[in-house]
Amino acid sequence: MARGIAALAASVMLAAGLAACGSGGGGNSSPTTLTYWASNQGRSIQQDQQVLTPELKKFEAKTGIKVKLEVIGWPDLLNRILAATSSGQGPDVVNVGNTWSASLQATGAFQQFDDATIAKVGGKARFIPSTLTSTGAAGKAPGFVPIYGLAYGLFYNKKLFSQAGIAGPPKTWQELVTDARKLTDPAKKQYGVGIEGASYTEGAHFAFMFGAQQGARLFQGGQPGFDSPQMVAGVKQYLDLLATDKVVNPSDAEYVNDSDVLKDFATGKAGMLMIQSNATAGLQENGMKPADFGVTPIPLPEPLPPGGRRVASHVAGINIGVFKNTRNKDGALKLIDFLTGPDEQKILNGVYGSLPVVQSAYADPKFQTPAISVFKQVLASEAETMPMIPQEAQFETLVGNTVKQLIADAAAGRPTDDQTIKSRLSEANKKMQQGG
Amino acid sequence: MSRTIEAPGDARTSVPGAPPRPRGRRIGRKALPYVLLLPALVAELAIHVIPMLVGAWMSLLHLTQFFIRNWTAAPYGGLTNYRVALDWNGPVGKDLVHSFLVTVAVTALVVGGSWLFGIAAAVLLERPFRGRGALRTFFLIPYALPIFTAVITWRFMFQRDSGLVNAVLSDELHLTHGHPFWLIGDNGFVALVVIGIWRMWPFAFLTLTAGLQGIPADLYEAAAIDGAGTLRRLWSVTLPLLRPVNSVLLLVLFLWTFNDFNTAYILFDQPPAAADVISIHIYNASFITWNFGLGSAMSVLLLVFLLVVTLGYLGTGRLRRRYA
Repeated sequence: MARGIAALAASVMLAAGLAACGSGGGGNSSPTTLTYWASNQGRSIQQDQQVLTPELKKFEAKTGIKVKLEVIGWPDLLNRILAATSSGQGPDVVNVGNTWSASLQATGAFQQFDDATIAKVGGKARFIPSTLTSTGAAGKAPGFVPIYGLAYGLFYNKKLFSQAGIAGPPKTWQELVTDARKLTDPAKKQYGVGIEGASYTEGAHFAFMFGAQQGARLFQGGQPGFDSPQMVAGVKQYLDLLATDKVVNPSDAEYVNDSDVLKDFATGKAGMLMIQSNATAGLQENGMKPADFGVTPIPLPEPLPPGGRRVASHVAGINIGVFKNTRNKDGALKLIDFLTGPDEQKILNGVYGSLPVVQSAYADPKFQTPAISVFKQVLASEAETMPMIPQEAQFETLVGNTVKQLIADAAAGRPTDDQTIKSRLSEANKKMQQGG
Repeated sequence: MSRTIEAPGDARTSVPGAPPRPRGRRIGRKALPYVLLLPALVAELAIHVIPMLVGAWMSLLHLTQFFIRNWTAAPYGGLTNYRVALDWNGPVGKDLVHSFLVTVAVTALVVGGSWLFGIAAAVLLERPFRGRGALRTFFLIPYALPIFTAVITWRFMFQRDSGLVNAVLSDELHLTHGHPFWLIGDNGFVALVVIGIWRMWPFAFLTLTAGLQGIPADLYEAAAIDGAGTLRRLWSVTLPLLRPVNSVLLLVLFLWTFNDFNTAYILFDQPPAAADVISIHIYNASFITWNFGLGSAMSVLLLVFLLVVTLGYLGTGRLRRRYA
């Protein structure tokens, strides 16, 4: 480990040296090349490369700027960005999970999109207003602009539903649990719900959404409130699918990425999936026809607990930004302008199954499907923006990993009662207070 | 040994009657070793010493997300980070101690297991027989495989539903009830130790095989004439004569295993508590709360521990040799 920290320190030193003799970042000394770190939006990193490479070639033909692409998986992306931030040696353009926007903005490592800057990428009016709510802290110029829109939805396998004699998708959380029980038959290796149990980002998202349904607030005046009774109830709502309702295959506790649950759902091993909109593309990759599955908003507990909010998704999505250390700032903005333009928005969101962030792209018939109208409706009426404060990313890692460990415990048959959940969340809370 | 040999430079200048050498050349000759060492010294300073000092300094800072871009602006925190890391009643300190103990246990089992496998194979393959060369090469495969390939393969084998390990242990041999988890929960410890031994023992085997070549055959003949059996010869001839090799081998195995980041990182991404080895723990502690000062403080503590162990180990070895 001494070596790890030494490497970190060495890169910091190197960066300090380079910054001292360079322009201090933000220049245009290298106008013909760009490095772009893309997030993993498709079924695999390879697929992302296949999708993006021809588009970046178009950009090169148009502008003469050669883009070096690297696609980074979700488990590593935030750490890679932080390492690049501390060393100053990073890409020019980078995709980020939109929920991290305020946290990353606080590092000061990203070019802010003030009015003059955002004008160079099509202007504020280009973007759908709701997508701009998670681009940075309130009262500050955005640190990023949106590139892909996403929302959670409940995917259900129509064939399994009719086999089990279920008329339609569940309207309440209670109905979801009842339906899931009907769909579960461990002997046939068939379960009601599939989850990505080992994904910390999924764990954090569900803790936020279900916590909000119970009335929880993650932060009160900057202080973490991860272990409030409402948060405990929210985490329990998610955990109980596996622990007490037993409608989730315990093996799901090992799943780190989308690919495993998508495969299970496509092959009929899981009847329902609470997942983001890009799964529509992933399911087709797995050989499932759009007619075989339906999409509906994740149903809420009825009646909502006192203080509970109607949150079936966070305002999910991917943002794109420019590192201040770039040596090709104009080129970086040109690339963002290109990727968020209507033409590329249609192509990329079409392939990835995500939602365009510019209104004009929706004119294309491929965005006029029932699934997409459900996601648009969720974003419009049942979605809440994750807190746009600097501590947000720490919430995701701390609470997300806590949920992940609780799922592993539940899968191994250990108790995960209120008391256990509360004490684990309290530890996450204390770590946030002590470490931050 | 070095006491019996005089340095060549000293021997030559003390030859009686030899004309005194010109002063300049003598300085040049004396300086030569230092000149030759200079590039290594500069590299060592740049690659190890300075970053280590920088790391030590970072551990005194409150290096959070607001300062990681320009970390010279981070506020000085004194020993706060150390206080948090060593507060064994707080969640951060408690986890650090837990992780330290897990690492000690993993290291003890991996070093012990690798050495046992290594010595057994080295002794058994000592006598020439048909196919010995092929077998020796075969045994080295785990050591030669790129770590990423090797651990990813293990990861597939340890998967609960589709993994080979459960297929053999549970479906074929019926040794376990149902399919246990290996990649999450407490069995993660077992998985980590198994892979650790699998990766490390070829090195022990290689080193001990080389050590065995240095033991004169007539010692075994003499022992055999004195009536010593196989075990007795192993105990009274082989092991004592392997002691210098063993002392280096065990130290190297200890340091490699204790500091090993890759195996657990590739196997688990985020290891379960039972396999939360310290190198990954520190890495995560830095990234999870984005306080790199805290991570640096933990690194410094680890460095001090490893220094104490290494110096203590080398020191007792030297004492033993002196008074033997």
